[in-house]
Amino acid sequence: MTSPREDSVERGDGSTETGSRSASLLQFASSYGYSAAGSAPSLRGGAARAGLGRDRPGWVNALIGAIVPVLLLVIWQAVASSGVIPTYRLPTPLSVWQAAIDLSNRGLLWPDVEISTQRVLLGFLFGSVLGLIAGSIIGLSRWAGLLFSPTIGGFRAVPSLAWVPLLILYLGINEDQKVLLIVIGAFFPVYTTVSGALRHVDPHLVEVGRAFGRSRLNLLLTVQLPAIVPTVVSGLRLALAQSWLFLVAAELINSSIGLGFLLKDSQDNGRIDRLFVAIVLLAVLGKLTDALIGLLERYLLRRWT
Amino acid sequence: MLAGIDLDIRAGEIVAILGPSGCGKSTLLRQIGGLDSPDTGDIEIDGSALVGIDQRCAVAFQEPRLLPWRSISRNIEIGLARGTDREIGRARVEELLGLVHLTGSGDLRPRQVSGGMAQRAALARALARGPGVLLLDEPFGALDALTRLRMQDLLLDVHSAEPATIVLVTHDVDEALYLADRVVLLGADPADPGAGSGIARTVTVPGARPRDRADAELARIRSELLAGLGVPSHHGAGSAASLAS
Repeated sequence: MTSPREDSVERGDGSTETGSRSASLLQFASSYGYSAAGSAPSLRGGAARAGLGRDRPGWVNALIGAIVPVLLLVIWQAVASSGVIPTYRLPTPLSVWQAAIDLSNRGLLWPDVEISTQRVLLGFLFGSVLGLIAGSIIGLSRWAGLLFSPTIGGFRAVPSLAWVPLLILYLGINEDQKVLLIVIGAFFPVYTTVSGALRHVDPHLVEVGRAFGRSRLNLLLTVQLPAIVPTVVSGLRLALAQSWLFLVAAELINSSIGLGFLLKDSQDNGRIDRLFVAIVLLAVLGKLTDALIGLLERYLLRRWT
Repeated sequence: MLAGIDLDIRAGEIVAILGPSGCGKSTLLRQIGGLDSPDTGDIEIDGSALVGIDQRCAVAFQEPRLLPWRSISRNIEIGLARGTDREIGRARVEELLGLVHLTGSGDLRPRQVSGGMAQRAALARALARGPGVLLLDEPFGALDALTRLRMQDLLLDVHSAEPATIVLVTHDVDEALYLADRVVLLGADPADPGAGSGIARTVTVPGARPRDRADAELARIRSELLAGLGVPSHHGAGSAASLAS
């Protein structure tokens, strides 16, 4: 009685699999977008939060932050070992851990992590620098804005996955093609936030810069860019999230190494435990790199405000 | 908005520009500073015409306009002439901090200081390059009355220490009479109000600085200027009039 329903669910999952995956990728991006866009005025929010936890030592706050993940792990273990959901659909946390150890012992895990991280960092670096440059030009020059911003907006509207076949045709299946896809992914958030924010720098301050002989690049570096530092950091955060998103897009479609490959390979071989390893690793790496930007943000805000 | 302005200012002179709101006094100042350019006519300093923003001028605005992410010292540094040697620049900033009574406050951020301190820092920034012409656009207008009086004395101290030519836009007649060698009153020609503001009259202020704020002669000029601004001063009408009002 339960098996037909299970089957139908499975078919449903299977038939819409690619659709639901790309939808969830987009969802991930947009939810990230909201949170990072919201963090532009979060200066005050951050300070309030710091104020809230000031009377508690840091490790207590860290413990409080660990409550929900630990709870989730316990629930996961309980559900998986109760047999309500068969383990070939939901592996236990322990078996995921063992799969990770196993992969690591075979020397298969670290290369995946390494290459994926390298692709993300390279793509993020080039993409955000290009975004900063293009955003500065478009944000400061009325003419450049009128001429180029509709075109760039058009390119921005192209979904990430649509670039993959073209890049493969042009560049072949190699590192360049994957990194370039991530460059595209990291470029737009930085470009959009920088060009938008530069239009709203306090004109009084810009006038001070002009009055004291600053112009163009010098004015940009002394007044305009420092004035938008919080927004630039939000843009970088978004760009980093996009970089991981585009990495998985690139690696899922064609690769022989990387976390995206681990996902695809595990799916093909029915190794759901390894699939979970890859997902957990993506979460951990994404969070770690985001925390690095968070450190940068704290440093910059302390210096600049 | 402005028309037929013909004004010669001597080196080292303090000229106050008075006028009703919207008469173009700030525009005139901004044109001298090169922030705006006049549709017709020239502005010359030492006989050479201004093109764009001239490094011989420095401006202080009504608001301090300090960059919030820089310390007071680093804000004053912005006013230094380009290419100033680092050590010389640092010494100059220290000197200026002393001149505007901000010694020891150089490391504070703008949000940590009072309005008067911020405005003094803005004045120091304008002085940093040793400008030939110091342009002040209602520099004390946003300060409280007492701070304003102190700032006026400070400006006179600064002027005697570093005698730049000062063009001061203000709507405060007392301030103009206390500080300036000459007061230029801008206003529309009553016979032809559509032609734009011109120089309605120029008053040479008698007496050497520092002046007595309660001087009778100044009081007479004040009421004339106020009348020129369209504000009856009731000067000499006695206490009955002010009681009645």
